[in-house]
Amino acid sequence: MTNEELKTTLGELAATAVIDEADANGWLTANIDASNWLSFAQSLRNVPELQFNFLFCLTCVDWKTHLTMVYHLRSTMHKHELVVKAKLDRTNPEIETVAHIWRTAEFHEREVYELFGVQFLNHPDLRLLILPDGWEGKKPLLKDFEDPINMIRL
Amino acid sequence: MFEEVGTTTEGDLIINMGPQHPATHGVLHLVVTLNGETIKNVEPHLGYIHRSIEKMCESLTYRQFIYVTSRMDYLSAHINNHACAMCVEKGLQLEVPPRAQVIRVLMDELTRLASHELWWGAMAMDLGAFTPFFHAFREREVINDIMEETCGARLTMNYMVPGGVMHDLHPNFQQRVKDFLQLYKRKIHEYDELVTGNIIFQNRMKGVGIISPEDVISYGCTGPVARGSGVSSDVRKLYPYEIYDKLEFDEVLEDGCDSFARYMVRIREMQQSVRIIEQLIDNIPDGEFQAKTKAVLKLPKGEFYSKAETARGELGVYIVSEGGTTPYRIKFRSPGFSNLSALNHLVKGGKIGDLIAAMGTLDLVIPDIDR
Repeated sequence: MTNEELKTTLGELAATAVIDEADANGWLTANIDASNWLSFAQSLRNVPELQFNFLFCLTCVDWKTHLTMVYHLRSTMHKHELVVKAKLDRTNPEIETVAHIWRTAEFHEREVYELFGVQFLNHPDLRLLILPDGWEGKKPLLKDFEDPINMIRL
Repeated sequence: MFEEVGTTTEGDLIINMGPQHPATHGVLHLVVTLNGETIKNVEPHLGYIHRSIEKMCESLTYRQFIYVTSRMDYLSAHINNHACAMCVEKGLQLEVPPRAQVIRVLMDELTRLASHELWWGAMAMDLGAFTPFFHAFREREVINDIMEETCGARLTMNYMVPGGVMHDLHPNFQQRVKDFLQLYKRKIHEYDELVTGNIIFQNRMKGVGIISPEDVISYGCTGPVARGSGVSSDVRKLYPYEIYDKLEFDEVLEDGCDSFARYMVRIREMQQSVRIIEQLIDNIPDGEFQAKTKAVLKLPKGEFYSKAETARGELGVYIVSEGGTTPYRIKFRSPGFSNLSALNHLVKGGKIGDLIAAMGTLDLVIPDIDR
């Protein structure tokens, strides 16, 4: 599906989503409200014309005022790609998990949970993955994280 | 972490495999729940070599951060550097000279060969065969010597830079690669004679660690793991970069879905790499090996994503730029991380011996997973 067709289909699917023009990579970006993410994700995965079955990247960006979840999706049948972004509150970041839709999300969400502190609601196993057991305090990938011993500044 | 050793209320045995187990190829720690010899659950504990490369890169410039990425998947160092360089080039809208493109592809394919050879030797050793390791290293040493001559390093090459490669090829490069190809073709049949056709080996690999094409996609597996289940995932074919679209090579697909299929994918992929090198080694165009770039690189505001096919699968580099000289945020979508997430699914219900066979064919490199 081309980007124009994708834009029309997505517009019909989620009226509240704000679709940005193609970025430097040629991908559309759908900006959605975090509370709509679960139903939007289910439609992306299941609507026959879309079939985004491959979540190839899941990450988070700290913008100091808020966090943004970034999901990179691809359909192996239709060969189209899409970026979905959801803005989260920085003091209490919360979003629904998609681990049951794309199972790769289970590990990726655990990583984002420990490095950014995002709470994934209904996640099957939300525990530390990379950081040592009993890690407490600030999340390492937040911009205001400081480690006087281990951090190298140039 | 180690107090988990013991038995559960249902009488299952919990054992720790790793972090210093030879078959985990690095410091990976698996907590295995066993009922007799049958695996009920495998849970990976990561982070023993977590260096927070993504955080480090936020304070390094666009020229500097590439060197750190050699230390992620150290067996595909060239290809890691390549993916990062491509991402920066995308931001700068920089055209890479033809000579540099060919050099890059040659280096990538030599890296892939060396990586698959190490995997082959190490995997056979996991299964109890020691000789293949020496055979694999015999050929791998030659590749490392070739790399050392041109790049100055044997493992963390740091040869690709934004705009091309750091310096020109060593005058001996062409001849030595040709000699290597001759040697390699004389030896390749030994691989099959030693391991592939061995009936004990086949019995341990066939029907072990099965994963369906749907699960492969759902778990986000890429590379030989996906292609062993018949899922087309070769970035070189699907999203060609550099000159891959002008080259003749096949995407290797097997439909066995088991460990043996993944094994065969890598064995056949080595032959495809040889094919690519043969097409290019006599056709390296003259000209610049690096495009002209400014001393200080500044990416425009925006988001840039590039992907490359490493020996383990699809490596994605996602740069968020705020217009400065350092990335605002960088994310490496490493193939090993996603491939590892399928491990529990692969081995659940199997025997503990099969865990080694199945894990061997995932070709895990731990620094790539921990980053």
